[in-house]
Amino acid sequence: MDKFTRLEGVAAPLMRQNVDTDVVIRIERLVSLRREELGPYCFESVRYRPDGSENPDFVFNQAPYRGAPILLAGDNFGCGSSREGAVWALMGMGIKAVIAPSYGDIFFNNCFQNGVLPVALPLAEVERLAEETRAAPGNARVTIDLDRQVVVSPRGREIPFDIDPKRRKAMLDGLDDIATTLTYKDQIAAWQAKDQSERPWVWGTR
Amino acid sequence: MAGRTLFDKIWDRHVVADLGGGFALLHIDRNLLHDLSGARALEAVEQKGYRVARPDLTFATPDHAVSTLPGRTSETFAPGHKLLAPLRRRAKDLGVRLFDLGQDGHGIVHIIGPELGLSLPGLTIVCGDSHTCTHGGLGALAFGIGSSELLHVLATQTLVQRKPRRMRIDFDGGLMPGVTPKDMILHLIGTIGTAGGTGFAVEYAGSAIRALPLEGRFTICNLSIEMGAKMGLIAPDDLTYQFIEGRDFAPQGAAFDAAVAHWRTLPSDEDAVYDVEHRIDMAKVAPQITWGTSPEHVIAIDRAIPDPAAAPDENRRTAWKAALDYQGLEPGKPIEGTRIDWVFIGSCTNSRISDLRAAAQIVRGRHKAAHVTAWVVPGSERVKKQAESEGLDRVFAAAGFDWREPGCSMCLASNGETVPPLQRSVSTSNRNFVGRQGPQARTHLASPAMAAAAAIAGAITDVRKM
Ligand code: SF4
Repeated sequence: MDKFTRLEGVAAPLMRQNVDTDVVIRIERLVSLRREELGPYCFESVRYRPDGSENPDFVFNQAPYRGAPILLAGDNFGCGSSREGAVWALMGMGIKAVIAPSYGDIFFNNCFQNGVLPVALPLAEVERLAEETRAAPGNARVTIDLDRQVVVSPRGREIPFDIDPKRRKAMLDGLDDIATTLTYKDQIAAWQAKDQSERPWVWGTR
Repeated sequence: MAGRTLFDKIWDRHVVADLGGGFALLHIDRNLLHDLSGARALEAVEQKGYRVARPDLTFATPDHAVSTLPGRTSETFAPGHKLLAPLRRRAKDLGVRLFDLGQDGHGIVHIIGPELGLSLPGLTIVCGDSHTCTHGGLGALAFGIGSSELLHVLATQTLVQRKPRRMRIDFDGGLMPGVTPKDMILHLIGTIGTAGGTGFAVEYAGSAIRALPLEGRFTICNLSIEMGAKMGLIAPDDLTYQFIEGRDFAPQGAAFDAAVAHWRTLPSDEDAVYDVEHRIDMAKVAPQITWGTSPEHVIAIDRAIPDPAAAPDENRRTAWKAALDYQGLEPGKPIEGTRIDWVFIGSCTNSRISDLRAAAQIVRGRHKAAHVTAWVVPGSERVKKQAESEGLDRVFAAAGFDWREPGCSMCLASNGETVPPLQRSVSTSNRNFVGRQGPQARTHLASPAMAAAAAIAGAITDVRKM
């Protein structure tokens, strides 16, 4: 997993609420493609017209936002299915961070597993970021500084954000969860041995 | 000290290590794999140099990417075969029990867990599928996980989780005519919204829940994730123990009695405290139908399609407008009478035997409208056999419905089974998202009885009038 410390770039506003992971990536793409191949299909139902051409209304098809590394979104972004492919598809489109008022729980978790930073800011702040960006498209850049826990708006306003310290550290270090957990190998074995005597029916599956 | 909730009791027991900051390393008692992510996850564990820690607590079934065409094999839907073939191989090598197509025990992962007695009260259960909350109907802590978390469980049989807050929903009173568990939960989602449960473990309680057979409890818990809650659960009671007794993987004899004694300690203490509580008066709940592209876009069947002009805020006005546009609906018109093209009765929400019986009861002696295509997809091999032994397949066939093989089918359209573009479907599944049932497909979620009624009428219909 890549380390995440500081990110500066264009932020594309997609200010709809309840954007679900089915919209981010259609399920049949996950059946037939590998994770590295998902980028072109990210948001496909709104990104392309029925004839396959680009939909000019979709923000990532507009010149200043093409390839933007930051996504500004509405409430409850990434709700719905547990598919981690939603994060992979966003990554495939070049997105490294999302700023939204709230997130679907499983999506939120999945972001951290892949080094994509989901920043939670109040709706009014996200909307202001979108306004400042729209007012100066092209050279409006947003900075996310995870080390200092601030978002810097295109006009240079600093907006602090909260993040769980454990998650912050894992992102800064680019840590793999599994290796860390395996350091608890003995505790896991001890828990299992104790549970087998207390709840034998849980273990009698053979 | 205040008493503990059902959720707390299960959570606390499974903490292997407290990681601080509200995070815990939790032991996972059951890991359920399916065809969409199963093989890749098993491969990835090996590629990363780890091994599957507990194949004996890991089970697999192909459901998402299989055809449900009568007489199907794994090759009927070729892309799915490419996922299933390696899953079969890996499962065999590793000693992971796979319930394969056509075998006793096969079916949608959230149907077979409880059906086989793999899912039990007090267990932690995960699956790489967000509707894992279904198993909470037994009083288990069950939740969906992403692919990275799935790898973590395979490699360690544990998961790093942040403890959610607790919410309690009381459904009080008897069910009005035509009202089913699906209507109860859709009504709740309409009331608190698709993010109303985000960050919570939700316990459903109240007299209406206590009176519900287990199958209805699964339907309620199944839609927890549609209001943002990863986990939804219901305290086990005598109905639960009766449901479990005698199932394949359930404890037998003295072991069963010992288990029941333990399970009786699980329900929330009288003085347990919840962070948030809601109460639903069942006298006010009518049969529900969704009109838009989010499960919170739901109304009682006798209501008019909402007008974005009346939306409570700008955000919702935009969302409602876009939804009506996608759905091809006009605000202000009654939803009843809207012409439909497809009916899908199936999915882990509503494909159990009681669901099929409820639909068959509406269908019996009637025929579907000529322009409608109607599918019944039983949730498992056992549900299918049971329904056939009761003659339900013949009831559906005589009414012009297609009787199919078990699988997820048109719930998510990852298996070649889709509602055609711009066609309107009434579906017993759980998601009416844009494109969920196929590109440009228009979905209305409802109960099995409502879906059956729509197939007969050829339009969205009030089941109470049938
Ligand atoms: S039936 Fe639908 S919701 Fe249930 S597991 Fe299958 S795809 Fe997921």
